[in-house]
Amino acid sequence: MDSARVVLDEADIARAIRRIAHEIVEKAKGPEALLLLGIPTRGVFLAQRIADAITAIEGVQVPCGALDITLYRDDLRLRTVRALESTSIPTSGVDGLTIVLVDDVLFSGRTIRAALDALNDLGRPAAVRLAVLVDRGHRELPIRPDYVGKNLPTSLVENVRVLLAEVDGADSVEINGGGS
Amino acid sequence: MQHLLSAADLSHDEAVLILDTAAQLAEVTDRSVKKLPTLRGRTVVNLFFEDSTRTRISFEVAAKRLSADVINFAAKGSSVSKGESLKDTALTLEAMGADAVIIRHGASGAPHRLAASSWTGCSVINAGDGTHEHPTQALLDAYTLRRHLAGGSGDLSGLSVAIVGDILHSRVARSNVLLLKTLGASVTVVAPPTLLPYGIDSWPCSVSYDIESVLPRVDAVMMLRVQAERMQAAFFPSALEYSRLYGLDIDRFNLLPSHAIVLHPGPMNRGMEISADVADENRSVMVEQVANGVSVRMAVLYLLLGGMAEVEQ
Repeated sequence: MDSARVVLDEADIARAIRRIAHEIVEKAKGPEALLLLGIPTRGVFLAQRIADAITAIEGVQVPCGALDITLYRDDLRLRTVRALESTSIPTSGVDGLTIVLVDDVLFSGRTIRAALDALNDLGRPAAVRLAVLVDRGHRELPIRPDYVGKNLPTSLVENVRVLLAEVDGADSVEINGGGS
Repeated sequence: MQHLLSAADLSHDEAVLILDTAAQLAEVTDRSVKKLPTLRGRTVVNLFFEDSTRTRISFEVAAKRLSADVINFAAKGSSVSKGESLKDTALTLEAMGADAVIIRHGASGAPHRLAASSWTGCSVINAGDGTHEHPTQALLDAYTLRRHLAGGSGDLSGLSVAIVGDILHSRVARSNVLLLKTLGASVTVVAPPTLLPYGIDSWPCSVSYDIESVLPRVDAVMMLRVQAERMQAAFFPSALEYSRLYGLDIDRFNLLPSHAIVLHPGPMNRGMEISADVADENRSVMVEQVANGVSVRMAVLYLLLGGMAEVEQ
């Protein structure tokens, strides 16, 4: 029934974010020319936390924004109309930067496909990377993450929820449903 | 929402949702690629039985920014001038697979007739019907007011707005009074008695005949065009007298509080309802209204066509 199982707690999430921040800086060979773009709602807060972690490591402020992908979704006509979230891109644009897309859960990959299309309309980044807190598998498109907080093998009937203090009051990652 | 026929049909939350959506979509205008794939494959028909430049072009730009296909249908030079009825025109458009019809018609209620009939299953958007309503104009005015006077979010509660001019023939005035009331603003209409409609006391607004007593206490004033094409019946003795009594010249402009803005739905008659120096003041926001019109119409098209068709309960 409604048996939520906690798979990551607050400290686990903080450690994962710190590690992802290290990996991003290492792979980019420094924090310059980076732009973190969170996908609303929770990706935006994760992007901000990763940016703060990079600042703590490198002492440099990394720009951070939000990218709403609602208008690029491929399932718009399968649901009633969705409200739009905010998009905020630095005024200097995305050209020539290494973009790190940040989302909470990677599942089918369709959100990321939409995000890549949205980025395409915004300019021409030098590279696009993907950071997610949880990769739960079941990809429907040839998309893979570059930085993963936790790989979480799930069944399709299960439901993964990421809760963050900024919106939900406390940090945790839970799995619901799927029986036993 | 399946149709947008009247500003009165919008609830407070729906109206705020449209304004919020428009605010997000406005950012697209600032990008180099001013296009979104959202309505790809949808067809929008501009069905204009009355002349219009800015409303038609505004809807066309909005639809094209969302990647919809746009068909412009002007009554002049079409089968309508050969005597085709609204019904047959609608059936023809339906057969061609239109998803939305944006209609402007000289007869009040024509969009409602189209939406309530079984002639077509598409969404109907009222782009001005007779002297009845023009809801997207009211939405763009509300959006402009919200940007300047309410910090760009939420509703318009606490604001005071004057609408001056030909209320009798103005669909813009009716839609604005209804929508601004829904959004919490208080409205005063100012006009000579001959240009107020019968039953104005049942509108959710107050009425004044004296513009100079109203201006010092409003946050915005909306000047309406004197519609020469509807002025056959001598509603005032002369154009000059109207201009003296109800026109917004620089002296009256200076009566406004220093934060107040001036709106005009266009097209303006400079020297008639508004003097040229007031029209060129930087607190006159007519050009911005046009830009906001595109964002608001994009929002309306997205909210009506962007999702799955709602199942009637």
